[in-house]
Amino acid sequence: MSATGTQAGGATVKERAELALNNDFLRKAVKFTTERLRAGKENAAADHGNWDDWRERGRQIRLHTIAHLDYYLNLFADNARANGVHVHFADTAAEAVKISLDIAKHAQAKTVVKSKSMVTEELHLNHALEEIGVEAIETDLGEYIIQLAGETPSHIIIPAIHKNRYQIAELLSADAGETLAPDTQVLAGFVRRKLREKFLEADIGMTGCNFAIAETGSMVLFENEGNARMVTTVPKTQITLMGMERIIPSFADLEVMATLLPRSATGQKLTVYMSGITGPRRDADADGPEEMHIVIVDNGRSLQLGDPEFQELLNCIRCGACLNACPVYRHIGGHAYGGTYSGPIGAVLTPALKKNVAEWDDIANASSLCGACYEACPVKIPLHEMLIYLRRRKLEAGRGDKMEALGMKGFAAVMSNAKRYRAVVKLGQLGQKLVVRDGGIRVKLGPLKGWNTYRVTPSLPKASFRQQWKTMEEEIRHGLQDMDPAVKSRMEQIVKDRESGKGGHGHHG
Amino acid sequence: MKVSLFITCLSDALYPRVGEAMVRLLAKYGVALELPSVQTCCGQPAFNSGYWKEARESASTIIAAFEDADFVISPSGSCTFMIHHYPKLFEDDPVMLEKALQLQAKAYEFTQFLVQVLGVTDVGAQFPHKVTYHPSCHGSRLLGVKEEPLLLMERVDGLELVPLPFANDCCGFGGTFAVKMSDISGAMVTEKSDHVLETEAEVLVGLDMACLMNIAGNLRYRDKPVRVMHLAELLYEGVKGA
Repeated sequence: MSATGTQAGGATVKERAELALNNDFLRKAVKFTTERLRAGKENAAADHGNWDDWRERGRQIRLHTIAHLDYYLNLFADNARANGVHVHFADTAAEAVKISLDIAKHAQAKTVVKSKSMVTEELHLNHALEEIGVEAIETDLGEYIIQLAGETPSHIIIPAIHKNRYQIAELLSADAGETLAPDTQVLAGFVRRKLREKFLEADIGMTGCNFAIAETGSMVLFENEGNARMVTTVPKTQITLMGMERIIPSFADLEVMATLLPRSATGQKLTVYMSGITGPRRDADADGPEEMHIVIVDNGRSLQLGDPEFQELLNCIRCGACLNACPVYRHIGGHAYGGTYSGPIGAVLTPALKKNVAEWDDIANASSLCGACYEACPVKIPLHEMLIYLRRRKLEAGRGDKMEALGMKGFAAVMSNAKRYRAVVKLGQLGQKLVVRDGGIRVKLGPLKGWNTYRVTPSLPKASFRQQWKTMEEEIRHGLQDMDPAVKSRMEQIVKDRESGKGGHGHHG
Repeated sequence: MKVSLFITCLSDALYPRVGEAMVRLLAKYGVALELPSVQTCCGQPAFNSGYWKEARESASTIIAAFEDADFVISPSGSCTFMIHHYPKLFEDDPVMLEKALQLQAKAYEFTQFLVQVLGVTDVGAQFPHKVTYHPSCHGSRLLGVKEEPLLLMERVDGLELVPLPFANDCCGFGGTFAVKMSDISGAMVTEKSDHVLETEAEVLVGLDMACLMNIAGNLRYRDKPVRVMHLAELLYEGVKGA
């Protein structure tokens, strides 16, 4: 682990976030890249012209597919098998790992070259391969850097987002055994040369899967470096791991997804490479694997099926746009989330994939519920609402904070009765005299400690609005202007429309 | 026509001047707001923390307070949007669900009401100052109040609107988030204030006192003399001065 790594320690989100907040390298690097990606996405969406219509199309495709996931999974598996692919289903992470290791053993593999795959991170597959003596080599540049650093990705599509080029140059120089200049071309050039040998030596190519096409049994990969194409053409055996929700019905649906994914992820109209792979090498093919396996992984995903609050989680296409838009991610980076998936999607997905609420940490609290994730999402997943559902479920499972529960009971007692509420305001107006100086409260005690570390709390004015209302109301009624008749009739029309069911102004959430 | 004021706890207890500005400004258009006394809080602190039973108790006061109103106006996009959560909160109670849906259809944030219902974009105000605007997340993103405040500010004489960098980024308030995750929230509000200061605006304006309390509190902590106000206050002050 590098000296500036952020992987170390921290049992809670708060502790991990504190490490990140004190790491200026990380904060600068994360801000720099998320800003670039976010602006790229916003420009690409604006250039597209009909972005919201396409988001809705994408959402409908995902909703439909997930609603009929059993059908499309079977169709995919049948078609892939007809193409000569070995299709495996794994209920758990352990099963998926076992299947993969068995294939590696059978192939007597010594090395595996990998293209970027979040699901293999979720399964900790590299570690498992190492344990049986198989070397796994990441071939995506960012993943390669992370592997050298002994860390895990801190972003779904930019794994080394938390590192700057000087830190990367240091890592790669140690790998090269010579000092490499902190220049992108020099560094990428070194990795490119090094990986060429690895591609030629490797026994197995391992990939993830962006989309699996049910009607043809094909798998589709989006990438920019060409490494996934090497991984899927050079080694004799290919293993593809995919979450069970990666399916879409047809290539026609891919058009929509190919419009949404690269634009949302990096602002590109299309990634440099987009590969559709339908089965292993055929006689007439110039290259490709002789043997191809697809491992379809559940690992908690099916828990969301039939759950009205969380099923849409399976619509995610792993573009990372919610991370780039998130103001919390911007400040704490990905490792603070403590799971394989970070940012808003990680904050929801990590607990949702675990049935046992006792294993949930407090990650769902690390959000201001600002909704930037929802706005950025190309398939409109309401992550900001799901975070609230997670908080509620944790309480329902009896895993809430006792003090907070007591406070909320008090809140309800006060807020269910306006008399009590008024009495509390009055009490505050009197009681605050002990702590107010200069119209503000600066004491760093109790619940005000965290708040007042960054702010001055305003004091309550002498009279609340209600306490002033009677006088104000009299004055207003006294000098009231006549309402414009046109406005009056418009208001009456609004009320009428509402009553006849036509009315009501919608909301965007 | 009964137009009722949903004052919200923050504007009631901490910022009565915001409610007053709204009330006096709307009176100019012949709207005599009523203040149903049984209202308390929208319940958002409890709802967002997962305490839905407690949130229901609080929400019930709002539903009861505005049952016979034709329009409900509030100085907060966030509290107004909380009303849009009521149907979910009462989904298992058909009677309350119906009432929640009715309330949702007639609930307006202040500028929404001014622009969409009253059709007012020029209140005839003067405000010869450099102003920057923070669009609060719930109001702009979830409730969809984006154009209204800009239309209103455009027509204020002398007002110079300076764009706020990263305006759409959350200020870090987030209710209990600011207490539970105080250091993350602190980093967010500090950056927000930095952006406000970059604009060199004399005044920061917004539509939600919770967010403005957060940013103002940080600016004051750092001894930065930026005036922070709700748009209703700005407009009313501008009308008085015109």
